[in-house]
Amino acid sequence: MLQKRLLALVVLMVGALIGWFVYSSQSGMWRPFVLGLDLSGGTHLVYRADTSGLAGGDVRGAMEALRDTIERRVNHFGVSEPIVQTERGGLTGQGEERLIVELPGVTDTQKAIDLIGQTPVLEFKLLVVPESASSSATYVSTGLSGRYLEKAALQFAQSGSGQLSNEPLVALTFNPEGKALFAKITGENTGKELAIFLDGQVISSPVIQEAITDGNAIISGSFTPDTAKELAQNLNFGALPVPIELVSTQTIGSTLGDEALARGVSAGFWGLIFVSIFMLLWYRLPGLVATIALVLYVLAMLMVFKLIPVTLTAAGIAGLILSLGMAVDANILIFERLREELAAGKSPQDAIHTGFARAWLSIRDSNISSMITAIILFWFGTPLVKGFALVFFVGVLISMITAITASRTLLLALDFDRRHGITRFLFSSGTKFRV
Amino acid sequence: MIIVKYRFVFYSIIGVITALALGALLLWGIKPGIDFAGGVQVEIRYEGERPAAALVNEALGKLGAVEYSARPSGDAEYIIRAHDIPEGAQASLAEALSLNGEYSATVTQLTQIGPSIGAELQQKAFIALFLVIAGILAFITFAFRNVSRPVPSWIYGIIAIVALIHDVIVPVGAFAAMGHFFGVQADALFMTAILTILGFSIHDTIVVFDRVRENLRLAGDHHSHQEFEGIAGKSLNQTFVRSVNTSLTVAVSLLALYFFGPVSTQIFALTLLIGIVAGTFSSIALATPLLVTVANWLGKRSK
Repeated sequence: MLQKRLLALVVLMVGALIGWFVYSSQSGMWRPFVLGLDLSGGTHLVYRADTSGLAGGDVRGAMEALRDTIERRVNHFGVSEPIVQTERGGLTGQGEERLIVELPGVTDTQKAIDLIGQTPVLEFKLLVVPESASSSATYVSTGLSGRYLEKAALQFAQSGSGQLSNEPLVALTFNPEGKALFAKITGENTGKELAIFLDGQVISSPVIQEAITDGNAIISGSFTPDTAKELAQNLNFGALPVPIELVSTQTIGSTLGDEALARGVSAGFWGLIFVSIFMLLWYRLPGLVATIALVLYVLAMLMVFKLIPVTLTAAGIAGLILSLGMAVDANILIFERLREELAAGKSPQDAIHTGFARAWLSIRDSNISSMITAIILFWFGTPLVKGFALVFFVGVLISMITAITASRTLLLALDFDRRHGITRFLFSSGTKFRV
Repeated sequence: MIIVKYRFVFYSIIGVITALALGALLLWGIKPGIDFAGGVQVEIRYEGERPAAALVNEALGKLGAVEYSARPSGDAEYIIRAHDIPEGAQASLAEALSLNGEYSATVTQLTQIGPSIGAELQQKAFIALFLVIAGILAFITFAFRNVSRPVPSWIYGIIAIVALIHDVIVPVGAFAAMGHFFGVQADALFMTAILTILGFSIHDTIVVFDRVRENLRLAGDHHSHQEFEGIAGKSLNQTFVRSVNTSLTVAVSLLALYFFGPVSTQIFALTLLIGIVAGTFSSIALATPLLVTVANWLGKRSK
């Protein structure tokens, strides 16, 4: 008996520890809760990447370069913890290539869109003049693009190099891969025109004189010193390998976010109170056990949110509150069995053991169907829905654990002599219904 | 026993409610929100006075918005929906809606979703629905494969599906009514609510069927359909309290969510609430009595 009581004490202490951990890490800002956009306020942008012009189909590489470039740009913007991700649309990832940009705390969406929109798209294409005069010349992509750019700088033309002296130019330097590719292209295509496309427009189309092996290229063409400098600066932040198009925006004001968070916490608090009151009134002493198990459940959930970490959204908080009601379900199943066993004349200890054993199958089956739903929801949903699905899934799992370990331990520790009327009252529940 | 004895009364009640819900659905339909149809949705908050809807709509028209409408919300807000608002106009929305500085407007939320993303979400929603129902069917077939007398195992599955259909039609119909009277639109959260209700409802129904199965086993192998009625009634008595209590705790936490929680999840909470109440009702007053009805019908046929 002492053993059981000790175990129960251990359970309570673990609970207190978890609670302390959650509280102190939040106030000490160690691994604070990650808030989704709808709670922190911010901007969410979705771009579609036009990969149709890519030669050789190195789509993944281009998308990675795209992601890196935009991230560099966004970091320069001074956003804390931006998220830049690639995504494939369509049902099973067969559709268009997308870029997702999430900027928490940034509410001037137009500015963000402008900043990203200023990123230049740099492409090098060969002009192919067809044999017959009837079809027009087309540009063929060479695969050389802004992703191989290492550096760009403002330069002024030296006199005697075939250009106007002191004409502002932008000098490009490619990285090693780009250098090799550039050498190959110029080597194989001397005499042809290599057009330089900036933001989809031909900015210059020099004829390739010879193979260029030093990895340097010059863009010339009606620049003023200012525009050349600006272009060089922009290029230095990264030039996009493919053009992008904005397809979706979402801005959430931070006051709205704060409000939603405050209300979410309040709802969670009241939800906990309501459920506890019900359990106490109906199930009395076991109900108290269930309430303690519920508090442990909430603390465990919060700790898991911190450790994984789970991004909290409004739907996620809704999921947590919903799971409060469902978490007690396992307890209710057990208590109902408990009542039956007690009514059948077993001692409290036996009733508890049998009750748990027989209720387990029901608990397991019902939680499996919930988990299946959560998994499907996670696959289907928008980020908001994913938040809900994850919280729901974790909630079902953890509620099973706390109900079975915590509730059981606490109940077993309460060893009362069944014969006393008080015990009978405390261990029975509700009233009898006949339906 | 009351429910099993007077099951036809309960059938009628459920029938009426389902017919009403179905009627609402067919009459008013579900309005797809921008999550599914694409478009622009803006929430504007006014400090101090709030202009009349007509003025707001006029300003929107001038901005070049396409197919727009502004609905007042709460005390100080408008929810504006449009098929499109030109991007340039989006940036200066707060200014334009301040109506020459007469009012003070701030944009609290702006969402614009391209049509291709919306269409994709719609597809995913239907597939998710299909997957959940298929998963549930598989689960039931597996769980009840060993029960056969006096009602064959696949009947349990069919009846569970019937209860499920009811559990979906009622909240969807209620949602259609809310859409008609309050302009509520279906968004990704709506789909989430429906799918969650499905998962919850089947769980509830299975608990009762589990009991019936257990009692059948305990009572031995041969039962006449009269005995089955008694067994069904007894199972119902045993599981009734538990079913109601679980739904009650969930309902209570949903009520907290509705009244105290964030505005963005209120309709979500309401839809879930209706679905869960419907789910409990169907498990108790529809699914089990139907078992008895089918058993009786099968009994009559074999005579």
